[in-house]
Amino acid sequence: MVQISAWKRIAILGVILLGLLYAMPNLFYQRVETHNDAVVAAERAGFESPEQAAARAQWPGWLPSSLVALGLDLRGGAHLLGEVNTAEVYASRMTALWPELRDDLAQSRDVIGPVRRVKGPADQLLVEIGNPDQMARAVEIARKLAAPVASLTGAGGSTLDITARGNTLIVQLSAAEKAATDDRTIQQSLEIVRRRVDEVGTREPTIQRQGKDRILIQVPGIGSAEELKALIGTTAKLTFNPVIGRGSDPDAAPGLGNIIVPSLDEPGVYYTLAEAPVVTGEDLTDARPGFDQNGAPSVDFRFGPQGARRFGAYTSANVGQPFAIVLDNQVISAPVIRQAITTGSGQISGAMDVTESNQLAVLLRAGALPAEMTFLEERTIGPELGQDSIDAGRKSAMIATVLVVGYMIASYGLFGVFASVAVITNVILILSVMGAIGATLTLPGIAGIVLTVGTAVDANVIIYERIREELRSGKSVVKSINDGFGEAMSAIIDANLTTFIAALVMFFLGSGPVKGFAVTLTIGLVTSVFTAIYFTRLMIVIWLEWRKPKTLVL
Amino acid sequence: MAFRLKLVPDETSIDFFRWRWLTNGVSIVGMIVSVILIVTMGLNFGIDFKGGTTIRTESSNAFEVSDYREALSGLNLSDLSITEVFDPTFGPDRHVAQIRIGTEGETGSVTPEELNRIEAALKQIDPQVMFASVESVGPKVSGELIKTAFYAVGAAALGILLYIWMRFEWQFAVGAVVALIHDVLLTVGIFAAFQIRFDLSTIAALLTILGYSVNDTVVVFDRLRENLVKFKSMPLIEVMNLTVNETLSRTVMTGVTTALALGAMLIWGGDVIRGFVFAMFWGVGVGIYSTVYLAKNIVLSLGVRRDWDKPVRGEKKELDELAGSPFRDAP
Repeated sequence: MVQISAWKRIAILGVILLGLLYAMPNLFYQRVETHNDAVVAAERAGFESPEQAAARAQWPGWLPSSLVALGLDLRGGAHLLGEVNTAEVYASRMTALWPELRDDLAQSRDVIGPVRRVKGPADQLLVEIGNPDQMARAVEIARKLAAPVASLTGAGGSTLDITARGNTLIVQLSAAEKAATDDRTIQQSLEIVRRRVDEVGTREPTIQRQGKDRILIQVPGIGSAEELKALIGTTAKLTFNPVIGRGSDPDAAPGLGNIIVPSLDEPGVYYTLAEAPVVTGEDLTDARPGFDQNGAPSVDFRFGPQGARRFGAYTSANVGQPFAIVLDNQVISAPVIRQAITTGSGQISGAMDVTESNQLAVLLRAGALPAEMTFLEERTIGPELGQDSIDAGRKSAMIATVLVVGYMIASYGLFGVFASVAVITNVILILSVMGAIGATLTLPGIAGIVLTVGTAVDANVIIYERIREELRSGKSVVKSINDGFGEAMSAIIDANLTTFIAALVMFFLGSGPVKGFAVTLTIGLVTSVFTAIYFTRLMIVIWLEWRKPKTLVL
Repeated sequence: MAFRLKLVPDETSIDFFRWRWLTNGVSIVGMIVSVILIVTMGLNFGIDFKGGTTIRTESSNAFEVSDYREALSGLNLSDLSITEVFDPTFGPDRHVAQIRIGTEGETGSVTPEELNRIEAALKQIDPQVMFASVESVGPKVSGELIKTAFYAVGAAALGILLYIWMRFEWQFAVGAVVALIHDVLLTVGIFAAFQIRFDLSTIAALLTILGYSVNDTVVVFDRLRENLVKFKSMPLIEVMNLTVNETLSRTVMTGVTTALALGAMLIWGGDVIRGFVFAMFWGVGVGIYSTVYLAKNIVLSLGVRRDWDKPVRGEKKELDELAGSPFRDAP
């Protein structure tokens, strides 16, 4: 225990030096952050402005520049937990399936008789068959529309579940396909949310899937959760539908294949529209804010070639007829087609201000969410409160360190100094590991570090107390130190492993603040065992070799 | 001789079991009182567990809670509570209030319009007021969070029980886990008694207490195991007393350093995190007590098998096979 080979010494000191180097950027947080931001911005834009070059020059590029990311409770920002209504997609899949199924069934009309869609649950397609004895044939036709489920797990099976009850054919998505669809819906929603948040360009947003159908969104620096919700909570489903009629009764029977949609800016007005849209937001290639000929804010958009062709064909066939621009189930406007629109571009205007037109353009560019999202959790933390927390955390961490160091030195003298150096090194190592693995420091995390300052000396205390006992039993200094380290080891390992179990549970079951705390606690455990056992031992061994003490007062 | 601060003399021979009936009694009474407090007074659950919205307001003007209440009374907010937050770190011109609103509907969040109305109403009586943070949790999530929290504490206790059982003997595991339950109950009890807000971070604190309390107990057990082998003929009670005396200095040292660190955080760490730090501070104190007394009282009353060399009837064969195996405790 009192012999440490040269390469081991180099390894121990190397780890500590590396830790110091990687923790150092955190001392110059503001500077390094401006540097990092400038690098990222220049990378995105592909060129570098003079201001960015100046910002980048604030921190030398050859030094490590990883910072400990600050959690929302320290930096301020917004946190949202959204739940994606995945079942919505089932219904739209059924609606989309109907025309195809109708056409296929109609081809065998002479066998199965006339078919008719009847009302049922949203995620089922119910079809009445004129000739119920030929149901087997109808089921067979419907089965042809099913395909094997395509999923990563490769469970196989059919996408559609087809059953018959009396004269009704029941078509719905199979359980395997529902699961696969859910997964796709979430992935798509994640992607759309990410695009929308990126459009407003804030630093380090966190967008994560949580559980089966939830999305966690954390955006530092944004003013409030409401702002964030307005940005990502809107489905932004844009369609252009033919107008059948206009009325004031929301409950009027629209007729099969039609829907009733309220108007956005004319209260009490309801449009009857054909359910199948001519073109949708997916056909858009660009959308940007602008102004219409009256100077009112508008959004100018452009279709891709396919969308442009379809829109052109529709408008040239329906000159003089109105069509509706529908956004999230509200008719924004229903202009009359004056002439065929073949340029593939258009404009949405009416009832919005400049901010809203900006936002709508962002939403249309990023694409529509595949399903609606409801928010289960919303948190906004002001930047001032976060700064207060950082200041309070820093102050108490310093005071705690001074107190613990003072107490250790008063109790153990020179060996207390060794332990103190180890404790301070430990805090530095925690910060550098957190920066390197990209862990986030939260307010409970700061408390975790402060707690580690108190408990990290425990390993040293166990060793020192043991050395004291060995000295009392009359052993030589070297032998006492040797045995002290050796005998204390099993207690140290046991003690840290039990704490590790608790930290591990916290990490896997916890969320948010609990997780942040668990991460710092776990890193602190590992680094404190390293500093207490290896680093302190190295310091003591070097001291032994240098002073060759005959007696030791501990 | 150099000066050394020693809170515990070098050699102590305190009889920790002399007052066994008293210390056990204190622990049992403490646990019963805690359970009664938790049942009768209930816990002051934060929005993490109950759902709802909290708003933290800050202003440079002093205010009366009753004024705020009056200003908000016209808004028809369900289950409204307003408390003023005091903290030694606040300057004289910093006045903080915590406004809590019960759950509304599925998502449990107040609507943006409602939030605007609340802000407008408060601005009317104090134009300086601003919202430092707004947090909403829906009832769906809060229900799940409670469940997860229970699982977390249970899983940690079980994991620790298993570990100690493998590493030591079942008597030690029982002792450690009873000590754990004792520490957690007493901590939750004090939260009920003073109606301190109980939220997710409190659970993190409880788990830390679990870890710390066991840490402490394990260090003592480790030494006990060593002494049991060393002093074969000494009665169990004396070996245990010797062990506690030997490790007393370390228990006190580590207790003091931990208390110093947490104490600094308690005083200067700010009010946002005070509940969390308080839970740990209290729990660590209780943990030291339960290590010194409760855990060992239980091991003592359960007894420990010490005749490892003498095979028990019927187990001879297994023990012979075990001889020389690394799993066998060293004589």
